[in-house]
Amino acid sequence: MKFGTSQPVRRREDSRFLTGRGRYTDDLAPREALHIAFVRSPVAHGRIAALDVGAARALPGVRGVFTAADLAADGMNNAIPAIFTVNNRDGSPSARPRRPVMAEGRVRHVGEIVAAVVAETAEAAADGAEAVLIEIDEITPHTALAPGGTPLHEEAPDNVAFDWALGDEEAVEATFAEAAHRIRLEVTDHRVSPAPLETRTAWARPLEGGERLEITLGSQGVWRIREDIADFFGWQADRIRVVTPDVGGGFGMKIFTFPEYYAVAHAAWKLGAPVRWQASRSEAFLSDTGGRGIVATVEGAFDAQGRLLAYRVDGTCDLGAYNSHFGQNIQTFLATRVMTGVYRVEKAFWRMRGIFTNTPPVDAYRGAGRPEANLDIERLMDEAARRLGIDPFEIRRRNVIPREAFPWRTPGGEIYDVGDFARVLETAAAEAFVEGYPARKAASAARGRVRGLGVAAYVEAVLGDPSEGARIRFCADGTVELHVGTQSTGQGHETAFAQLLSERLGLDIDRIRVVMGDSDLIPRGGGTGGSRSLTAEGAAIVTAADRLVTGLRPLAAEMLETTEEALRFEEGGFRLAEGNRFLPLVAAVEEARRRGQGDLVDVAARHKLAGRSFPNGVHVVEVELDPETGKIEIVRYAAADDFGTIVNPLLVEGQVHGGVAQGIGQVLMERMVFDDDGQPLTGSFMDYALPRADDLPFIDTFFVPVPSANNPLGTKGCGEAGVAGSLAAVTNAVADALAAFGVENPQMPFTPERVWRMIRKAEERRAAEG
Amino acid sequence: MYAFEFVKPKTVEEAVAALREGEAKVLAGGQTLIPTLKQRLAAPEKLVSLAGVEGLRGIRTGDGVVEIGAGTTHAVIARELAGAVPALAALAGDIGDPAVRNRGTIGGSLANNDPSADWPAAVLGLGATVVTDRREIAADDFFQGLFTTALEEDEIITAVRFPMPKTAAYAKFDQPASRFALVGVFVARLDGNVRVAVTGASENGVFRWQAAEAALGADFAPAAVEALAPPPAEEMISDLHGAGDYRAHLVKVMTKRAVAACG
Repeated sequence: MKFGTSQPVRRREDSRFLTGRGRYTDDLAPREALHIAFVRSPVAHGRIAALDVGAARALPGVRGVFTAADLAADGMNNAIPAIFTVNNRDGSPSARPRRPVMAEGRVRHVGEIVAAVVAETAEAAADGAEAVLIEIDEITPHTALAPGGTPLHEEAPDNVAFDWALGDEEAVEATFAEAAHRIRLEVTDHRVSPAPLETRTAWARPLEGGERLEITLGSQGVWRIREDIADFFGWQADRIRVVTPDVGGGFGMKIFTFPEYYAVAHAAWKLGAPVRWQASRSEAFLSDTGGRGIVATVEGAFDAQGRLLAYRVDGTCDLGAYNSHFGQNIQTFLATRVMTGVYRVEKAFWRMRGIFTNTPPVDAYRGAGRPEANLDIERLMDEAARRLGIDPFEIRRRNVIPREAFPWRTPGGEIYDVGDFARVLETAAAEAFVEGYPARKAASAARGRVRGLGVAAYVEAVLGDPSEGARIRFCADGTVELHVGTQSTGQGHETAFAQLLSERLGLDIDRIRVVMGDSDLIPRGGGTGGSRSLTAEGAAIVTAADRLVTGLRPLAAEMLETTEEALRFEEGGFRLAEGNRFLPLVAAVEEARRRGQGDLVDVAARHKLAGRSFPNGVHVVEVELDPETGKIEIVRYAAADDFGTIVNPLLVEGQVHGGVAQGIGQVLMERMVFDDDGQPLTGSFMDYALPRADDLPFIDTFFVPVPSANNPLGTKGCGEAGVAGSLAAVTNAVADALAAFGVENPQMPFTPERVWRMIRKAEERRAAEG
Repeated sequence: MYAFEFVKPKTVEEAVAALREGEAKVLAGGQTLIPTLKQRLAAPEKLVSLAGVEGLRGIRTGDGVVEIGAGTTHAVIARELAGAVPALAALAGDIGDPAVRNRGTIGGSLANNDPSADWPAAVLGLGATVVTDRREIAADDFFQGLFTTALEEDEIITAVRFPMPKTAAYAKFDQPASRFALVGVFVARLDGNVRVAVTGASENGVFRWQAAEAALGADFAPAAVEALAPPPAEEMISDLHGAGDYRAHLVKVMTKRAVAACG
């Protein structure tokens, strides 16, 4: 099969993207669309003492100026819902303060929307925004990742939104009390910005004389956004159409219904005209949700042989100024799906407190909790190895869940269906040629560089809606539409899904057109997130394909003058079990259409996964440290990953590369910095260090597939795995290099200055100790 | 961006005349000015583009000097000087990214005098001469602090004249995000003296590190720098990419590396 499963089919969408023919949201905005500009809070915390939009309204070209009061007057529900919230340890609900679309007398972060100005040109809108007069009585902001400070919301007097826990605290404590070794360390996982290539953008227009509204935006799934916008208007959801064309990166951030989208929709409805917005990069840094932002104390109780007996984490995480859609869920429920990593420890306890800070909200970022959880336990394993004098590979060998123990129930309540963690570990060690490391280290030393070796295992959990739908529609022109409920933001869905259908039905891949991102065409979908797309959508596609074949079987039997039981479906058609009579699927489709049986050639189906699947892997990294400058370079990178069945190794490698790059970016370069006043200091790419291609190493990838038992294809999802592995592996490699200077438990980001300072501090301490 | 008038004169004289009318700014590549305008951080009434002015582009070598037209882009310099003055070519080739190098000009960079720009280090490090529409300014007199030069409001750089060094090298430590110089050190051996110019580091912009010049004049070797105290940390820029003491330390490290690269 030319384009079947496991083939490295090149991405069908790439010629479009690479030749400038991608169709992104802002490319599609009508020429006559009005422009919207937002007036944003210049301070992190304060009360709006005065807000005067009169001068702005009077400017030439300005068609409307809107504030929270205008939204209320128009009957809009000026509140953005948090989709997931948690309960406190004591069973009480977490703090769930109101999050307005536009500020209601109070601002809680720099960049919060105070007003929107709509005008005939972008310049006129910007002029209007400048003409809005705001007076703000400042309130002391809270920026520390700790309880206390001036409260942002009366629902959280100490700025603690929740105090959540999972696991058996007493059993863990009892094991700690008797363990041979207790290892404890701090782990910082600082805040970053997702920074997709295409900034957030949206445009809206009234449909059907204002009865309906269409909003086009870059998203990871149109359906949740349709519900949210409909709730804002107080409409039935079917009055809203949400469209997502090509998307230039999402990384979790584009799942959410941001304030700007409501404002654009409202303005289009109110003014009866199309309205467009595209965030500038500066605006993105002020208004995009952040990722990560955790400090944790991580502890392990080990026996004399270095086996982990009990594990606990006590941390605080940054929520920003409000509960974003999944904000409360990430470092709690999502992180604990894999809280004990690949290890067979049976006792664990996870406590996390969510803190409101005067910064933009924090939400999902590639991996959403799982890279963070893996980082914690992998840092612990490394620290234990160092303190107990065990090789880092060996301590992992002693602790991984053995193959025969699956299905494995974790202390977090998950059931890992299958896995061969030891084999993945050995593959990584072999492919990284760890035996050659001492020679490479000596060669680095000869050039004045200090080499470090890092290893980390990870396990991921495929999240999101376990059910998904697909529709296969044979069109009169001979093409086949495949409607999906997921959303590509650049991953290559158009290729992978077409490949699956092509193989299942024996269709020419060039005749298959993947349709996504239109809530009018596709009634329901779970969108893309949690590495679910291939696993959830793939299962739906094969279910729909099988249903299509089943539906056509009686017709095929009739055409071949035989019984249904005598037919096999293979190689793109129905074959008589005996003899060599063969009816191509397309012939049966033609006949069904001729007979007016359109329902046979337009088939939809849904599939619900039996359970989550668990991608896992081991990454091995070598870094070189320049002790004079503190600069770190990654010089070798090997990843051995178990993604179960692989549909397209090229796409999978691409996902691993991208995930690894984002992990390297965070560990070595990227960080969102706010000063004590809550002002962002990293407000552009001049200060926010996003890695470039030449900051990254060549990445060797190796697959060790153990097909998942929880879905028909045996896939596991690979979109977030790269960062789940790289965050810990790179940190461990840097920590290893820094150990040569006596630096203990260093914290990312390992920017040159921070590394230089760590070395100096350790040298000064050693000098003082004589 | 605010509205502005745009003029594209054909001669230096016309450009100077245009600068004298109203609040005008020279556009000479625009790699700093255009982003500034886009963010509405500047609001000139008029932009005077030098793109149409004849004779501002090109490189002439001979008689122990290299003269570079002020409108010459970094990319052209990187390409054409690779053989004659590798240190200048390497510096030019490491500015920004290809788009910046194909737009940005040496004259624009010098007139802007960003404290983290690369060209000021080369001009001061080689003791070059800045040629304008009305005079010649020695490098030692040209740079006068952050974004400040000896240029008058209506004065236009037409060329930069570099003496040909015996050896020279530029060692740059990138600010990781912008890739401007966190610290960049240009070291040159000329007839009879050594010059060391540092960009990126000082709160007063590019400067000559005279202690290093003296030490290297006596012994042109990295070890001569090793013995020196770094320049005063309190005079260095402190920002989120590097506090003063780190930058001061890097001045020393990068000076050593530039000397080593001179061979």
